[in-house]
Amino acid sequence: MTKAAELAKMGEVLTNGQIGGRRNIVINGAMQVAQRGTSFDYVTTDAYSLDRFNIDVTGGDNSAGRLTASQAAITDLPGFANALKFDCTTADTSIAAGEALILSQRFEGQDVQQLKKGTSSAEKFTVSFYVKGTAKTYALEVLDIDTTNNRSIAQTFGVTTSWNRVVLTFDGDTTGVLDDDANRSLDLNFFLHAGATYTGGTLDTAWGAMTNANRAVGIGSFYSSTDNEFFITGLQMEVGSQATPFEHRSFGEELQLCRRYLQYFDAHSNYDRFAIGTATTTDDCNFLFKFNPYMRDVPTLVHGTLSEIVVLDNDNSAEAIGSLSIDTNTDGPQGCNVEASDITSDVMTAGDATQMSAANTANAFISFDSEL
Amino acid sequence: MDIKSAKYKTSKITNENGSIELTFGDDTTCQVPLTVGNRHYQAILEWAKIDGNAIEAAD
Repeated sequence: MTKAAELAKMGEVLTNGQIGGRRNIVINGAMQVAQRGTSFDYVTTDAYSLDRFNIDVTGGDNSAGRLTASQAAITDLPGFANALKFDCTTADTSIAAGEALILSQRFEGQDVQQLKKGTSSAEKFTVSFYVKGTAKTYALEVLDIDTTNNRSIAQTFGVTTSWNRVVLTFDGDTTGVLDDDANRSLDLNFFLHAGATYTGGTLDTAWGAMTNANRAVGIGSFYSSTDNEFFITGLQMEVGSQATPFEHRSFGEELQLCRRYLQYFDAHSNYDRFAIGTATTTDDCNFLFKFNPYMRDVPTLVHGTLSEIVVLDNDNSAEAIGSLSIDTNTDGPQGCNVEASDITSDVMTAGDATQMSAANTANAFISFDSEL
Repeated sequence: MDIKSAKYKTSKITNENGSIELTFGDDTTCQVPLTVGNRHYQAILEWAKIDGNAIEAAD
């Protein structure tokens, strides 16, 4: 084989994505993992939806616009079975200055060191994704959280009613080293709606100190009509100036990556057990949850309706719980002691083995959130 | 983050403040560790800097 033929072959292999694994810095880019559920309504707060994807509707002024975000099964984009779908349920055509609707994925500093940000050899990087929906222009911002007053760069992109792969390449930033730690350092922010606070200037198409007015210039509004929809999947961020084919990972692998940020124990049937514990008094129990994998940091405990969670005492009766809490003094990224207090058992004594369980419902859940 | 209130909870193991019960604007709650790397704890500290907001003492 000639040298030219060898090079051509190598180029073909690279183009096909046959070598060079672990290119995608984004987690759950194919929108497969949905531990919290598959449909979410957003009103006035920011919250996570599909794993690793935050939706922030709080720009400073709350919009009257409302949306439902969901994991949508798709059949019209070969290679992808799921997308994150936004559906506008209440329109807002009177946009106050501080309004914003931002879809984000946030990265730990230790996971983006390969960008070499803040050094003379800072790398270009490329963000690619598939979108379709109501025809609009939106913006993608890359935001450095670590540098004082933040640094940002942005580009706009178009959405049409057919699936289209958007490829946006960004210059490396020679200013602002990202911390090599487990804290939030870099955000990918999709601006889908914004008021003059974010649109009043000139879009920051080169890295610079973040100026709010330059973050989302030129975008349309997702909230302009209840007819509006937005679908996104196949999100990839990789070092280099070329977009390579989307790096598909197995569901199990993607789930394990997501569990660093969220571990969700939901009942699969009535009286499904969550954990084994010990009574510490006649009214209180401790339940140990060990995390696999270790979480990013000590997590927040989030649970469903408390009346749907019970303690099974030593006569196997389902006893109501007064409150659940965690304890920073004993908890860590490797596990948490959940304290169940004010339990209404008649027979429980200190030292008894107990179980935490769903009540007579499969709606119960207990989760640990260490998102960024 | 739409925070309505925040209140310390005492650990029954150590008898010290062990977490904060955070109540959101829609009245849902979560239990937040006193850990600077936790986003809910960071949001509570920012919220508490605003005049009129304070983390309530534990019962």
